[in-house]
Amino acid sequence: MDSQATPAADANTSVMCQLVSPEGDHLGAALYLPQNVGPPQLQEIVNHLLHNEDKLPYAFYIGDEELSVQLGAYMQQKNANVEVTLRIIYQPQALFRIRPVNRCSATIAGHTEAVLAVSFSPDGKCLASGSGDTSVRFWDLNTQTPLFTCKGECSASYPCSLCVFPMFVTLHIPGHKNWVLCIAWSPDGKHLVSGSKSGELILWDPKTGKQLGSPLMGHRKWITAVSWEPAHLQVPCRRFVSASKDGDARIWDITTRKCVISLTGHTNSVTCVKWGGDGLIYTGSEDCLIKVWETTQGKLVKTLQGHGHWVNSLALSTEYVLRTGAYDHTGKTYSTAEEMKEAALARYKKMRGNAPERLVSGSDDFTMFLWEPTISKQPKARMTGHQKLVNHVYFSPDGQWLASASFDKSVKLWNGITGKFVAAFRGHVADVYQISWSADSRLLLSGSKDSTLKVWDIRTHKLKQDLPGHADEVYAVDWSPDGEKVASGGKDRVLKLWMN
Amino acid sequence: MHGFVSLFWLIFSHDILLNFPVLGISLQPQGDYIELHQKRHGRRPDHDERKRKRAAREVHKRSEQARKVGSGWPSARALFCAGILLFMLWLVCVRFRCGAAARCQGQEVCQEALCREGTDEEDCSWLLEFTHDCLKMHDESTKRDKVEDVQEGALPPYLLDRDETKRAKVLSNTIKQKRKEKAGKWDVPLPKVRPVAEEEMFKVLRTGKRKTKQWKRMVTKATFVGPGFTRKPPKYERFIRPTGLRFTKAHVTHPELKCTFNLDIISVKKNPNGPMYTSLGVMTRGTIIEVCPAFSYSQGSP
Repeated sequence: MDSQATPAADANTSVMCQLVSPEGDHLGAALYLPQNVGPPQLQEIVNHLLHNEDKLPYAFYIGDEELSVQLGAYMQQKNANVEVTLRIIYQPQALFRIRPVNRCSATIAGHTEAVLAVSFSPDGKCLASGSGDTSVRFWDLNTQTPLFTCKGECSASYPCSLCVFPMFVTLHIPGHKNWVLCIAWSPDGKHLVSGSKSGELILWDPKTGKQLGSPLMGHRKWITAVSWEPAHLQVPCRRFVSASKDGDARIWDITTRKCVISLTGHTNSVTCVKWGGDGLIYTGSEDCLIKVWETTQGKLVKTLQGHGHWVNSLALSTEYVLRTGAYDHTGKTYSTAEEMKEAALARYKKMRGNAPERLVSGSDDFTMFLWEPTISKQPKARMTGHQKLVNHVYFSPDGQWLASASFDKSVKLWNGITGKFVAAFRGHVADVYQISWSADSRLLLSGSKDSTLKVWDIRTHKLKQDLPGHADEVYAVDWSPDGEKVASGGKDRVLKLWMN
Repeated sequence: MHGFVSLFWLIFSHDILLNFPVLGISLQPQGDYIELHQKRHGRRPDHDERKRKRAAREVHKRSEQARKVGSGWPSARALFCAGILLFMLWLVCVRFRCGAAARCQGQEVCQEALCREGTDEEDCSWLLEFTHDCLKMHDESTKRDKVEDVQEGALPPYLLDRDETKRAKVLSNTIKQKRKEKAGKWDVPLPKVRPVAEEEMFKVLRTGKRKTKQWKRMVTKATFVGPGFTRKPPKYERFIRPTGLRFTKAHVTHPELKCTFNLDIISVKKNPNGPMYTSLGVMTRGTIIEVCPAFSYSQGSP
């Protein structure tokens, strides 16, 4: 009798739930849900309430923990009070699912010195790498072989108008003179700019591998970072900003091939620069300050103070969308500039929603700050916990999570909206240098000084895959925007491509 | 007369005009001592290059002067200079193309055209040779291309400012530093002191009726003798310290304050060349001396 009664009683006791959006808005009224309701049923309810045409996947969180079992089981585990309304936060997940990479499909040699920067193009079709042997190389992803080696020295013929009779002058344009430190793809995928240790920037055409014009000179010391203007602000992409050790950031226009504006103000090297989606430029520097500039005249808007030591890395919540521009997982290509701009704008608006852009800065003082620069000068949250300097911070593509790589051999995961600590990923045995997210925000990749790459699962907070194979420190990693491949390069001078 | 002289001076006040005997007068050096020197000792090794570069610079100098003269009706001198400038420009552009612009096919075309223009064969070949020489010298001059040496051990930008020393290295470094601190207490700030030769330090004095005895030595460097110093009898004096080279005060510069004081010397503590020099009180490079810090206390009357 009792055993018969209890299942019926269980089915009858329902839980009072309230669905809440990530920003905090209530979705519909409070619902009485039976206890055998689990995530799939909740997904249907949310889709119905939001009037979604397609069935979008959602993940549910109760008090920062993910709900993976049925409500009844959850209540029993937690001994939660049935009378209190349960707040379930739903978070949209990416439609597509990226498979974790688990094997090295190709080891391509070519560079004669350490590989310092690796980057996939926004549509994921091309791969470029910069190295200490002063060359930039393009790699063919289909055959996994080198495509172009860009060392410069292409001669152009110009008619010389100096003398009476026509004469053609051949100019030898040299490539980079020193190590290529950073590379950046334009969001429309048409240009690649590379910055070197001698302070010059060179534009490359990825289709032919040729240098476009002579190097852009202006900086007096080496280039530390480059960032393009987002596609939704201008297509075809014309402007980009470069940061250098000499303490200023310069905005360049590639059609006039000139430095348009010079953003001076920092007293020490500028370590990172990001072009935000609102038309603001954020620069972090070794003088412990973060400065926010507006792009039309190059005026300083705000100075964000708070760090006690060098600012190593900046990340924006919309960074992934700004980087990929109009391209997304569907692999659609655009023929006209207007189409691309509209698509990029649509993606950006969807990504941002109503919330302002969030900025996170990682520093040598072992902490990170979460800022909302458009709202206030004060940081929103301070994220402590690392035991050594924070080298790289990166928002997930959907902006929900924030990952930080530190020299204390750990990668920490934080909530991207509130800045609360979520999990620490331990596994590396030496400094973690760079991290990269998969396009669906479910997997995180980290490259370290111990020559391994590790793939971490965000849902289970555990190591998903260990990728050994490099012979020496891994300096640069990148996950392609279509999620198929991972490229990594390091001190052992080879480029490794990893696939599923 | 005065006007003529001033005009004369105006026209010939530039170096380049010295060699242009325009009005039959040139301001050259008197005599042929310059040529004699050149014959005897030859020219400087880089004479040709310097001459060529100077000629190339003249163009820029002329243009700068022409610009500096300012607005207003150009004077006769300015017009003359402008004329020379244009002529040289024409020379450089059309005749003696020494820049990077004249290369390969450009050079060939140029030379062909020159030859075709109806110049004499001799002239043409001389021009060809000259162009060729100019280009060769331009290529060979190494000062033009500052080639940066690409260092090994390329680092990504986030590691460039960091000095990554491993833990073991740090330990050994600290040990080495401690050792250095202990040992180098009396180290001279100039560690590399060139040893002074005896011939430089002493001058041999010939004494005796026939000036044959050479056992006396006179010190040729600055010395310090104490306040209570009395000479030994001349018969037994081997080392003579002349009074002209005796110093009692020294100019001492404080390293942090960067100001100099004139302080009395108390004694010569150590001369790196040897104990003999220390006992003599000779002060050469690297000598450690003891000075008396001058403190002046002004005592105000109550």
